[in-house]
Amino acid sequence: MIPAAFEYKKAGSADEAIALLTEYGDEAKLLAGGHSLLPLMKLRLARPEVLIDIGNVADLSYVREDGDHIAVGALTRHRDVERSDVLRSALPVLAHVASTVGDPQVRNRGTIGGSIVHGDPASDLPSVVLATGATLVVRGSGGQREIAAADFFVDFLETAVAADELLTEIKFPKSNGAGWSFQKFNRRAQDWAIVGATVVGGDNPGVSLVNMGSKPELSVAATEAMASGASPSDVGAAAADGAANPPEDLSANVAYRRHLARSLVERAVAEASN
Amino acid sequence: MSLVGAKVLRKEDPNLITGRGQFVDDLSPAGTAYVAFVRSNEAHGRITNVDTAEAVAMQGVLAVWTASDVADLPGLGVPGLERPLLAADKVRFVGESIAVVVAETRAQAVDAAEAVLVDIDPLPASPTIQSAIAEGAAPLDENVGANVIFMLPIEDPDIDPALAAAPRRLSTRMENNRCVPTPIETNVVLADWGPSGLTLWATHQAPHHLRNTVATYFGLAQDTTRVITPDVGGGFGAKINFTPDLFLVPALSRALRRPVKYTQTRSENVLMMYHGRAQEVDIDVGFDDDGSLLALKVDVYQDNGAYADPTGMGLPALTTTMAAGCYKIPKVAVGWKNILTNATPVAAYRGAGRPEAAFYIERIVDMVADELGLDPVEIRRRNFIPEDEFPYATHSEIAVYDSGNFAGALDELLNIMDYPALVQEKAAAIDDPTKPLLGIGFATWLEIAAFGPPGALEGFGHLASWESGQVRVQPDGSAIIYTGASPHGQGTVTTLAQIAADELGIDFDKISVRHGDTATVVQGIGTMGSRATAVAGESVKQAATKVTEKAKLIAAHLLEANPEDIEVNDDAFSVKGTPAKSVPWSEVAWKSFQNLELPEGVDPGSLESTVHNAPPNFSFPSGAYGCVVEIDKMSGDTRVRDMYLVDDCGTVINPLLAEGQVHGGVAQGIAQALYEKMEYDANGQPLTATLVDYLVPGAPDLPTYTSSRTTTVTPNNSLGAKGIGESGSVGAPPAVVNAAVDALSHLGVRHINMPLTPQKIFSLLHEGGA
Ligand SMILES: Cc1cc2nc3c(=O)[nH]c(=O)nc-3n(C[C@H](O)[C@H](O)[C@H](O)COP(=O)(O)OP(=O)(O)OC[C@H]3O[C@@H](n4cnc5c(N)ncnc54)[C@H](O)[C@@H]3O)c2cc1C
Repeated sequence: MIPAAFEYKKAGSADEAIALLTEYGDEAKLLAGGHSLLPLMKLRLARPEVLIDIGNVADLSYVREDGDHIAVGALTRHRDVERSDVLRSALPVLAHVASTVGDPQVRNRGTIGGSIVHGDPASDLPSVVLATGATLVVRGSGGQREIAAADFFVDFLETAVAADELLTEIKFPKSNGAGWSFQKFNRRAQDWAIVGATVVGGDNPGVSLVNMGSKPELSVAATEAMASGASPSDVGAAAADGAANPPEDLSANVAYRRHLARSLVERAVAEASN
Repeated sequence: MSLVGAKVLRKEDPNLITGRGQFVDDLSPAGTAYVAFVRSNEAHGRITNVDTAEAVAMQGVLAVWTASDVADLPGLGVPGLERPLLAADKVRFVGESIAVVVAETRAQAVDAAEAVLVDIDPLPASPTIQSAIAEGAAPLDENVGANVIFMLPIEDPDIDPALAAAPRRLSTRMENNRCVPTPIETNVVLADWGPSGLTLWATHQAPHHLRNTVATYFGLAQDTTRVITPDVGGGFGAKINFTPDLFLVPALSRALRRPVKYTQTRSENVLMMYHGRAQEVDIDVGFDDDGSLLALKVDVYQDNGAYADPTGMGLPALTTTMAAGCYKIPKVAVGWKNILTNATPVAAYRGAGRPEAAFYIERIVDMVADELGLDPVEIRRRNFIPEDEFPYATHSEIAVYDSGNFAGALDELLNIMDYPALVQEKAAAIDDPTKPLLGIGFATWLEIAAFGPPGALEGFGHLASWESGQVRVQPDGSAIIYTGASPHGQGTVTTLAQIAADELGIDFDKISVRHGDTATVVQGIGTMGSRATAVAGESVKQAATKVTEKAKLIAAHLLEANPEDIEVNDDAFSVKGTPAKSVPWSEVAWKSFQNLELPEGVDPGSLESTVHNAPPNFSFPSGAYGCVVEIDKMSGDTRVRDMYLVDDCGTVINPLLAEGQVHGGVAQGIAQALYEKMEYDANGQPLTATLVDYLVPGAPDLPTYTSSRTTTVTPNNSLGAKGIGESGSVGAPPAVVNAAVDALSHLGVRHINMPLTPQKIFSLLHEGGA
């Protein structure tokens, strides 16, 4: 449980982090809360030569209302997302989902940006990004760009963020009182989801799935079904059948996973429509 | 006022909860070097090459050893089936040590271990009982040539006729899942072999056993071999036995002439610490239309893992000894096979053989009840050994049940759980889409504990089976108790102090209990087999009584009274009938060291005594557990909603600690029933090698327990205490599984192997048990 040797750099600001990323290129990894990266390093499954610690970049930790959306700084800890009054009233689904991540230690350290850029199909917060149709703001040596949620998750543990870029902010559309539901099926209170689903209702509905593919996925078929007013069970079926490549592991084979996805989405749609 | 029976808070806790405990990894003598292992990533294969050249040259590296460096160090375990300290030409399980690196820092050692290159030609692997005994399975041990390394056939000629004569019969095969003990503290070994001898700090449950074994192994004298087990963070049986690191680390210290420390990682722990359970069983039972059990045949297949540990080989003996549980069955015959597999070696794990036995018989009783349409409570009542038949001789020479009242415990269980209401609730839930399925399960279990009768432990390599207790009064009237038990979470420091306080009349706060150091504790055996209270507690009690008798001689002299008239209470001696005539313990203690103050015939420093207590028989704690499970109809997710626990462990010394032992044991039992199983793929690759995949439940996943007690004392010690350390892990698994089977019985489900994973239950729900 000792990582391979690495060089440690501390970035005081986003610009400093970008400068360091530009300097070290592929050899470097950003370190935010460390709760995904460090376990991989300790198992020596990841061995970056340089770690750029952005954990103390305070100006990237915020939750702000900004017109029709809410801006969340990438370095905001899960705990602060969970407890944000702004989110609790304007985007309760995000605060709620953050409260189901891991245990209090994980939530006190882990950041929303780290969770999203890590791109783990089993992680919870990307499902909110997808279901709400959020926009991701990244910055690199070439300047700033915005990426739509649907274009952000590329493959297993791979996102559209380039090696010299930093995710700085996530812009979530306000929910304006629309219904929502998050369903997480796991065995122990603090586990990752075996299957999970986030559903948001309202004018721009969205259905996304946790741990049903090789990356965090918006269920396009289920989202369309929901938009066209389909019944909860039809939306559930669309989500389950639409998942192209569900993983298979000790907890669930493909058939059982699809069953869980169908049932959880059905339940979530019913809850979000109430 | 008696402290035995009082809810006294633990003496151990202030240190532990303020972070002042001392665990082996907290210790690093000056000059300590650090160890890392190179491990096999194949389950079975021939080592064709180990290249250490790069590692040897790395910064800080002091030594890199492979099998050839330990060629003069013998293997461990069962003669003819030894486990090498480092794998030589073959590896037999994933995780087996192939090379060991020592370096100035732990990080350097880990880096260098990674640089050791190992080539292995894989062989076909047999990670399970069935694959290991299949035709043509590659033998793990080519000298033995077969994977069944020991077999006790069922030879009783009367069993088959008895089964044939029974009006009804049932046969079944069950599994008992392989569990990983996962104590919070992994194995840590620190050895300092200097000119004056070897000091070995270890996370172990039996320090003297380890000292004796290590001394013999290296040809050292015992007086210069010192084993210290400081605070130990749990063991659950997996720290009774010997692993290669306990011998390799001292050997490295001897060679390098400096202290050497190995701290096992959690990932290593899952693969390297002995696993538990890992059985299959074939059972035949004969019974009549009333549900009376007439004949029972039990054939156990014990998965021993890649190397046979002596305790691991003994597990099926314990299982079959307890095969009949608390039932009167006229004919019982047993047999077993010990089997090598390409998986982590198996040894004792909380309950060690008895949870398996209780699981089998409690499941069988439910199956028979189901077959006859009898209530599970009723069939138990019909078969219990009656209260007036103790001591009760079983089919096994080892097991003569000391005492019990099985019907009484069941009565108490039905007192604390509303069975009729639950039955109604269950029936109503089946077709109510808003409700989970409900199941009610019972286990009226018993187990064998207080491992202490002569002969109980010698067969496992221990010096003897007694436990020692020593009482030494200090000049100020405080007392130090030394115990050969080696507690690692049980709270024995507190219970022994309670027992001593009652006998000595010394204030509880002036009594310390020391353990876990072979240089200070006379001789000892250790903590295992639910023996500390019943066996060590009794030796402390007897030693304290002897000291008190001697102290009364001195007090009588000082008070100018007859020794027979002296009483001791509240830290003072007084004359019966004239309480004003008294002398404090502190004065008696002080003067007990002063020649001029002592009566004739009493030597200075005589207020100490050592007793090695060996009880005449084992004791048999028992209980009645009731479990209510809920099964989510959508997912199959199965949770324990209520757990009702009636324990009979004889006299309870400290109700808080007894209940704590039950809670922990029940948690482990629920864990085995619902969550835990070490899984391997067909090639012997572990699939549950981290705590993300091997599901140890936490507090939020467990119910609140409702508990009660009945008391039948044991005649085997003057306390009347039977032992409680393993009870929960014995009684809980069958209660949970019986409840789950009950919940699914309307679908035709008759048995489910553990763990009851959602996917497994889901498939039963949706395939109608087919
Ligand atoms: C015991 C445990 C349980 C957990 N349970 C859950 C769970 O139930 N659900 C769940 O969703 N998650 C869970 N997690 C993961 C947790 O949420 C992580 O904190 C999160 O996934 C990663 O966030 P981090 O800040 O820790 O990122 P880090 O580990 O620091 O980084 C992760 C990756 O993202 C990159 N990165 C981080 N920040 C940025 C940025 N701003 N811009 C560009 N790249 C960046 C890093 O370089 C790295 O590659 C668990 C983790 C643990 C240890």
